[in-house]
Amino acid sequence: MYTVATLAVLVTMALALARAVMGPTVFDRILAVNMIATKTTILIALLGFLSGRPDFLDIALAYALINFIGSVAILKFFKYRDLSHSGWLSPDAPHPHRMPNWMPPEVVDILQKHPAPDDKQEPRS
Amino acid sequence: MDMVLDILSWGLLLGGGFFVFVGGLGLFRMPDFYTRIHAASLTDTMGAGMILVGLMLQAGLTLVTAKLLMILIFIFFTSPTSTHALAKAALFAGVRPLIYPPAKKEAKEAAPTKEDATS
Repeated sequence: MYTVATLAVLVTMALALARAVMGPTVFDRILAVNMIATKTTILIALLGFLSGRPDFLDIALAYALINFIGSVAILKFFKYRDLSHSGWLSPDAPHPHRMPNWMPPEVVDILQKHPAPDDKQEPRS
Repeated sequence: MDMVLDILSWGLLLGGGFFVFVGGLGLFRMPDFYTRIHAASLTDTMGAGMILVGLMLQAGLTLVTAKLLMILIFIFFTSPTSTHALAKAALFAGVRPLIYPPAKKEAKEAAPTKEDATS
């Protein structure tokens, strides 16, 4: 049974690797790499049970933590183009939370009539 | 009792493997970025959860079960968070859903009448 689950995880990692290579946007690649990392934690746990020595679970635990931190850091880099960015923006800078220009017009109308408190064109302190 | 636990954990491992494989297939074959996100998050919740619970049933009440439970809790909290951050970053970076644009005429005719009636 461990073998079947391990094979499924390995096939899934191969498919995700193919998607990471041929993904059209950068977010496809981030998604595929994130999925490969999650599957790696499961694979480490399964391999520990498969070899009869489940001592590698600490490594799987550390890998799960590093995976989350790494994906959030990569997303921050692709949002601000700067890992040490504090999130503060000068008043005339384009706001990163603005609506994309391809939103349907009725959605833009609704959002402009009822702005969220965080969604104003002001720098956040 | 051992027999029941074994059968239950085998079923969970097989189901988890099935969900992991289906999620990988969806990540590879889906036509759109947002549908791919759906497939990948399915893998993270159902596949990982079922496989880890199956391993916990095999390990019994030991330290291994506690470690597996910690891994399960971390994955359950961090995977939807990172998926949400990824979807939001892609949305505001301008990645379009596949079904856009919708039918504009009906929407434009339907929306203002409702707004006028209420306001």
